[in-house]
Amino acid sequence: MKIQSPYPSVTKIPTGIRGFDEVTDGGLPRSRTTLVMGGPGCGKTVFALQTLVNGAIRDKEASLFVAFEEDAHQIIANAATFGWDLPALVKKKLFFLDAHLSPEVVKAGEFDLVGMLAVLQAKADQLQAKRIVFDGIDVLLTLLDDPVAERRELYRIRDWLAQTGLTGIITQKVGGSEADQRYGFLQFMVDCVVILQHQVVDGSAFRSLRVKKFRGSGFAGDEFPITLTKEGLQLTNRGPTELQYDVTDERISSGLPRLDNMLRGGYHRGSNVLISGAPGTAKSTLCGLFAAAACQRGERTLYVSFDEGAAQIVRNLRSVGIRLAPHQKSGMLKIYSTRTRGPNVEDQFGALRALVSAHRPRCLVIDPLSALSAKVAHLASADAAQQFLDYLKKEGITVINTSLMDGLNTDEATATGISTIADTWIHVSYIVQDGERNRALTIVKSRGTGHSNQVRELTLSGEGVSITDVFIAQGKVLMGVARWEWEQGEQAAKKRTQVATDLKRLQLQLAQAEAVARLQVVQTEIEARSAEIAVLALATGSASKLLVTDRAVLRKMRHADEEVRVGKPASAKSAAAKNGVTGVH
Amino acid sequence: MGKAKTSKAGLVLRLYVAGSAPNSLSAIANAKAICAEHFSSGHELEIVDLLEYPLRALADGVVVTPTLLRLSPLPVRKVIGNLSDAKQVLLALAGK
Repeated sequence: MKIQSPYPSVTKIPTGIRGFDEVTDGGLPRSRTTLVMGGPGCGKTVFALQTLVNGAIRDKEASLFVAFEEDAHQIIANAATFGWDLPALVKKKLFFLDAHLSPEVVKAGEFDLVGMLAVLQAKADQLQAKRIVFDGIDVLLTLLDDPVAERRELYRIRDWLAQTGLTGIITQKVGGSEADQRYGFLQFMVDCVVILQHQVVDGSAFRSLRVKKFRGSGFAGDEFPITLTKEGLQLTNRGPTELQYDVTDERISSGLPRLDNMLRGGYHRGSNVLISGAPGTAKSTLCGLFAAAACQRGERTLYVSFDEGAAQIVRNLRSVGIRLAPHQKSGMLKIYSTRTRGPNVEDQFGALRALVSAHRPRCLVIDPLSALSAKVAHLASADAAQQFLDYLKKEGITVINTSLMDGLNTDEATATGISTIADTWIHVSYIVQDGERNRALTIVKSRGTGHSNQVRELTLSGEGVSITDVFIAQGKVLMGVARWEWEQGEQAAKKRTQVATDLKRLQLQLAQAEAVARLQVVQTEIEARSAEIAVLALATGSASKLLVTDRAVLRKMRHADEEVRVGKPASAKSAAAKNGVTGVH
Repeated sequence: MGKAKTSKAGLVLRLYVAGSAPNSLSAIANAKAICAEHFSSGHELEIVDLLEYPLRALADGVVVTPTLLRLSPLPVRKVIGNLSDAKQVLLALAGK
């Protein structure tokens, strides 16, 4: 046998509060009651009112707001700090019931909310309202001053809500544990309980939100830091648990060609670059280079500084040849300078988020990010920086942030987790040597790009910023003047070697030339001798021939008979020649 | 609920009730009793059923029931509850 739930499964209405709808997987339970509890100044009223305002604006749903604690005018006036335009909404979509009982009201016996609910019913029908808030129910309960009556009236409200189908939010102030016990049953009665807290941790105010109960629905039960921004309350929840964002192979210049080379082509678009280093190590200058290069490419850039005013940044960077003023004028660059005002990190990141959505930059500089992370007031706040950087990554914004630290192993880097979220980490340190201080730049890591492992010297001058090689000599890294001296020495030595080589070459060339000359003499001599030999051979050869010929000629002239020799007649000539030759001697 | 008898006396009261809710019924009874006992010389008591005229209650700033308003003499006084605490009611109605 199948058991079917008599109630349809829980559907939800979005509150429009950033982060809350994600935590609860959709918002508040529709046509059910949600209890929002917390101490004074936690943002209960803001939470409730914001839900109504968002309902009116986004979903065109009308709402009722029953104010027990403050009078309606006061609430509307207080809400003016948010960009909600309540007065306009009040005319059409939002009805405030002033249930605030002035101290002059005399209580004489038991009362109930039958009348109030009748009024609300009339108003709800008239406006076709979908949402309702009972703000500060504790005030009413205190007035009832009777546990039995309290419960009766609360159940009356709940039943009325169920009957009308309105989605209800009841806010309740809680103080000590006594109050908790007194109104404890309220938590059992409702379908969803949201707890807001405002505590002071290490002297820092910290607001948080926690969903304690949600009937018929899963929810994230963690304590989430919340911030109050111009748009209202927002959760800085941990964001999507799955890290998912588009990546690109596109590279963009750091503004320093040599550094681009060290990174084998510059920063990755949409990556997060951390520049760490001690004060004065030119972190801001590297930021300025990046910003100027970005603007040059025509990319909107936001420069957030917690150190200096905008004018000062522009002036200082001009001294090293970086010009930001034209980009500022064209609107390409926005410089936002602030002190880390309140200690609440969430507020800071909230403000930055608002800036980002207003300026819509492709490149962002935060100088220094450690100004924010140093003030971590609560464990959950430690995530704030990371969440913000995750958000920027999702938006595809390339971020350069700086961190003030002397070494690579300071707690700061690990505490904020910036070092792990950074895709590229450049560290600039001072190297003090021979009475001077020089800047050494190294790339600690760079995800997805090859990079140089070499320490380089960063030099600043009126002509600009440059990166030069450093020398290692006698086990020491040479920078600054030492490097210059070394370079001079190197050059002199090189020159000396050059001259010596040249001399040697000349000497060798001379020796070679001499040898060649000698060879020429010998060759000529050989030729002369050969000629002599030839002459000699010619002389002797013709002499003997002459003898033979002469003899024959003489014989012929004397008409002498031919010598006849015994033997073959063919050999007579050669024999005669033989004899002839012999005959000469 | 009808209108209470009119009189030239300065005391003008309006009692908001919610139908026949127990508190409302006892408030009507209590109000009438107190008036009869202490303001017999002259008073005006109007009883309004909020379930019938919710918007009227709204205009009068009445949210809980029962609520007794002293409209005259001024300033307007507001007493909430079923008026079982006659002493409190009298203090409120008599005060200036």
